[in-house]
Amino acid sequence: MSTEWEVVIGLEVHVQLNTQSKIFCACPTAFGAEPNTHTCPVCLGLPGALPVLNEAAVDKAIAFGLAINAQLHRQSIFARKNYFYPDLPKGYQISQYEIPIVGKGHLDILLTDGSEKRVGITRAHLEEDAGKSLHEAFVAQSGIDLNRAGTPLLEIVSEPDLRSASEAVAYLKKLHALVRYLDISDGNMQEGSFRCDANVSLRRPGEPFGTRAEIKNLNSFRFLEKAILFEMDRQREILENGGKIVQETRLFDANKGETRSMRSKEEANDYRYFPDPDLLPLHLAEERIDRVRVSLPELPDVRRIRFMEQYGLPAYDAQVLTAHRELADYYEQVAENLDAKIAANWVMVELLGAMNKAGLEIPDFPVPAGELRLLLQRMADSTISGKIAKEIFEILCSEGGTVDAIIDAKGLRQITDERAILALIDEIIANNPKQTAEYRAGKEKLFGFFVGQVMKASHGKANPDQVNSLLKNRLLSQ
Amino acid sequence: MDLHLQDIHSLAEGLRRREFSALELTDTLLARLANRQQELNAFVTVTADLARQQARDADARLARGDHHPLLGIPLAHKDIFCTRGVRTTCASRMLADFVAPYDATVVQRLRQAGMVMLGKLNMDEFAMGSSNETSHFGPVRNPWDLSRVPGGSSGGSAAALAARLLPAATGTDTGGSIRQPAAFCGVTGLKPTYGRVSRYGMVAFASSLDQAGPMARSAADCALLMDAMAGHDPLDSTSHPKAAGNFSAALGRGIAGLRIGVPEEFFGEGLDPEVATAVQAAIQFFAARGARILSVHLPHSVHAVSTYYVLAPAEASSNLSRFDGVRFGHRSEQRSDLMELYCQSRYEGFGPEVRRRILIGSYVLSAGYYDAYYRKAQQVRALIREDFRRAFAEVDVILGPTTPTPAFALGDKSTDPVSMYLADIYTIAVNLAGIPALSLPCGFTAQGLPIGMQLMGDYFADELLLAVGDAYQRETPWHQQSPKEFGL
Amino acid sequence: MDKLVVERIAYLSRMKLPAQEIPVVTEQLAQIFRLVEAMRAVPTEGVEPMAHPLDLQQPLRPDEPRTGGPQRADLLANAPEAQDGLFLVPRVIE
Ligand SMILES: [Mg+2]
Ligand SMILES: [Zn+2]
Repeated sequence: MSTEWEVVIGLEVHVQLNTQSKIFCACPTAFGAEPNTHTCPVCLGLPGALPVLNEAAVDKAIAFGLAINAQLHRQSIFARKNYFYPDLPKGYQISQYEIPIVGKGHLDILLTDGSEKRVGITRAHLEEDAGKSLHEAFVAQSGIDLNRAGTPLLEIVSEPDLRSASEAVAYLKKLHALVRYLDISDGNMQEGSFRCDANVSLRRPGEPFGTRAEIKNLNSFRFLEKAILFEMDRQREILENGGKIVQETRLFDANKGETRSMRSKEEANDYRYFPDPDLLPLHLAEERIDRVRVSLPELPDVRRIRFMEQYGLPAYDAQVLTAHRELADYYEQVAENLDAKIAANWVMVELLGAMNKAGLEIPDFPVPAGELRLLLQRMADSTISGKIAKEIFEILCSEGGTVDAIIDAKGLRQITDERAILALIDEIIANNPKQTAEYRAGKEKLFGFFVGQVMKASHGKANPDQVNSLLKNRLLSQ
Repeated sequence: MDLHLQDIHSLAEGLRRREFSALELTDTLLARLANRQQELNAFVTVTADLARQQARDADARLARGDHHPLLGIPLAHKDIFCTRGVRTTCASRMLADFVAPYDATVVQRLRQAGMVMLGKLNMDEFAMGSSNETSHFGPVRNPWDLSRVPGGSSGGSAAALAARLLPAATGTDTGGSIRQPAAFCGVTGLKPTYGRVSRYGMVAFASSLDQAGPMARSAADCALLMDAMAGHDPLDSTSHPKAAGNFSAALGRGIAGLRIGVPEEFFGEGLDPEVATAVQAAIQFFAARGARILSVHLPHSVHAVSTYYVLAPAEASSNLSRFDGVRFGHRSEQRSDLMELYCQSRYEGFGPEVRRRILIGSYVLSAGYYDAYYRKAQQVRALIREDFRRAFAEVDVILGPTTPTPAFALGDKSTDPVSMYLADIYTIAVNLAGIPALSLPCGFTAQGLPIGMQLMGDYFADELLLAVGDAYQRETPWHQQSPKEFGL
Repeated sequence: MDKLVVERIAYLSRMKLPAQEIPVVTEQLAQIFRLVEAMRAVPTEGVEPMAHPLDLQQPLRPDEPRTGGPQRADLLANAPEAQDGLFLVPRVIE
């Protein structure tokens, strides 16, 4: 019964653009300042103050539009969205309504089964962020901090093309990676630089869309997934009991893992959009678009395909390595002139594992790409063995330092001196007459025992290939 | 020496020749002002100490040989311009105690020119009104007849000029708010081309219509003020890149060959016969000096008032949303929750006319009415502009009455909003199109009330209008008359 | 124009509308909209709505954060109620 329902999801994502100053005034956008110190007559909405548009916000919107192959409107209009809220200084938000800067585009996502899906993007428009209400410090009152008011936002609205919670998460992750690739946002979800609302409805496959609920306040990929799954259950239960879904705004409660109605706030809204008479039509000159186009970085999809061709990586590796711009940059530095597949394995297994364990991102990770590259080089030129390399990597992660200094300080240089290895082998053979006799009698399984003993005696530093061939010779030549 | 009777040009001459100092001039006007303020109520705030300080600064600059023509000349600003450290009330209870932390661009430019600010002038609340009766600080009276209104919304500016309390004032004009009071008080005022004077720091009423302008005793004085006021302002997105001009230098041209259009629509039913006669005489004046008088048609101008009363309230309803009792402005004692704080503060802070316009504006923008009213009015606005475009292909200026009647009595229209709105019937089309217009005195009624005429020009014809007005004033006495009681 | 409409727009405008004022306000608004009726009859098919008198494009500002400008104390000086650098309002309930 319940398997017959199909979920229909569309996402609205608010991306804070990483400009230096606000969208309509010259106040700094830096996060975490003392309350209301990054404010001025314009972003406080003082009488007589007027907005002037920040060109960097425009350029970042253009970059996004180009990246999703969107239609860029050569003439877009700023409109006022009128509503009263204490964190909205002017009593209206300057946004774009009828003609946004970015029109229809699309983003391709990779599904878990390896197939690709094209997700439509309806539009992306520029608007200003609101301030913040703080409730903790006061009794029966809220404090208003308007430092964030006027921070540029790009609101990206998808088509209702997503058909499962995991598709929605894949889309959001792809979008997140894209804005960081483009360097148009820091994408910091904890600080609210990348926020998501989800429109969720159920229908029988092939039927028209059902009534949707809009879920607000989804500031992590996990919350998005949980909220959608909760909402699917909630709506299914209502529908299967013959009820009707109410079109409403719901808030996701991360502590309880459920959504609840915000009906009180949404009651009887009528935003009375109209063109902002303080701002003129925004014209995009071809030269401006070209300038942004030339400065675009290589985008994830192009890079993924290049990784497969240039480095001969399998599709999966290329996908993982290009998911984030910093990771892909890191990989390319490590892989330069080295075996690309070995470099890929190291980055995907050792590096990502260590990052995960430490809860760190690339910019904060203590091992620079150059050092990992050197480590792999030392392995390739037989200075160290693979096992030692992993030990050194752990030291780099926990204590820092440089590869060569660690090798020297801890005496980890690989033993490749044939005479030194032979001396060790002879010692082991002499000390294990029983095993030697058994091996020579044909019990070849014991070879591993001898290798282990030699490696142990060399504290792991003997070159394993040399140990193998020398040992074989010695055991056979009586 | 009757300093108060002199215009900017002759005061500047006197200052240059050291016949009197800027401080003496300021003190003289402040003393007169103190005597006359009570009966006129033209000022909301008098800044005597600040004025004396600025006058001393001007004297120091004069002593150093600085000869800017506005240096040391006193003026007052309509109380809609933000002035750092001096309250800016917009004649509203909402802003009765508001002290802006910054200066409007217009204020800054005129201060830099060396002008001395005497204070802030009374007006209709938030510039909404045509009689100055909507002011929270009480009505302004017309110096020509204290039982009559001075017009509005720049009524304090016009009355103070007419009463010879000061030689210069700023005003703003959204639907006639410079020109209509100029006509009612017998002074000269220019509503510049939209975008020539910065709106930064001017409390917004209807952003796409508001324009600041000079008010003075003559077109020549207005030109001097425009030299300083006009100019591109990067803080105002709607400021025109080519806003600056040399207005004074454009004066002195002749009238011969000038093509003057007379719009039939401005001389129809409702026009007071005495006003019609005075304006016709002005037309004859120009014809006699070689101007070509041509009939023009502005067929959509009859819809200007209704178009305006959709668009201006729509913009106003949104512009005035920032007055919510949170960051500045009046906050009600009744505020048990946020909703009550908003509703009560805005009810108490705004007067009835402002509240009415906010309601109209919210209505025409609301779901289901936007297309029928707001969008429709924007289309008719385009047709009104088109009328002017066609007319200005044939003529250089358009001449007509500024107002249908001379100043009416206090209380006459204050209970009937629609009849009040019709007082702006000839001035509003200009704002909708965004073109410049100059109002200047052209006669008196039998009762001794001033009559104004209006010269309208194409975009950026501000210089031409001032030159034509100046040519007229060089040969006519009307602008030099002052009310008996006040002129002495 | 009726009582319900007037109450609704007063709510949208966040302005109290005392019951005894409703009839007067309703009548005044009705009068104003009667004035507007003639304008609504003007043929405007195909006419581009005019939002603005200037045929200009939006100017752009370089992305440079300000260094000066009014201090917080000046900006908060007009606040009816402020504490610790914050504007205070009755508790905002989400
Ligand atoms: Mg939005
Ligand atoms: Zn700011």
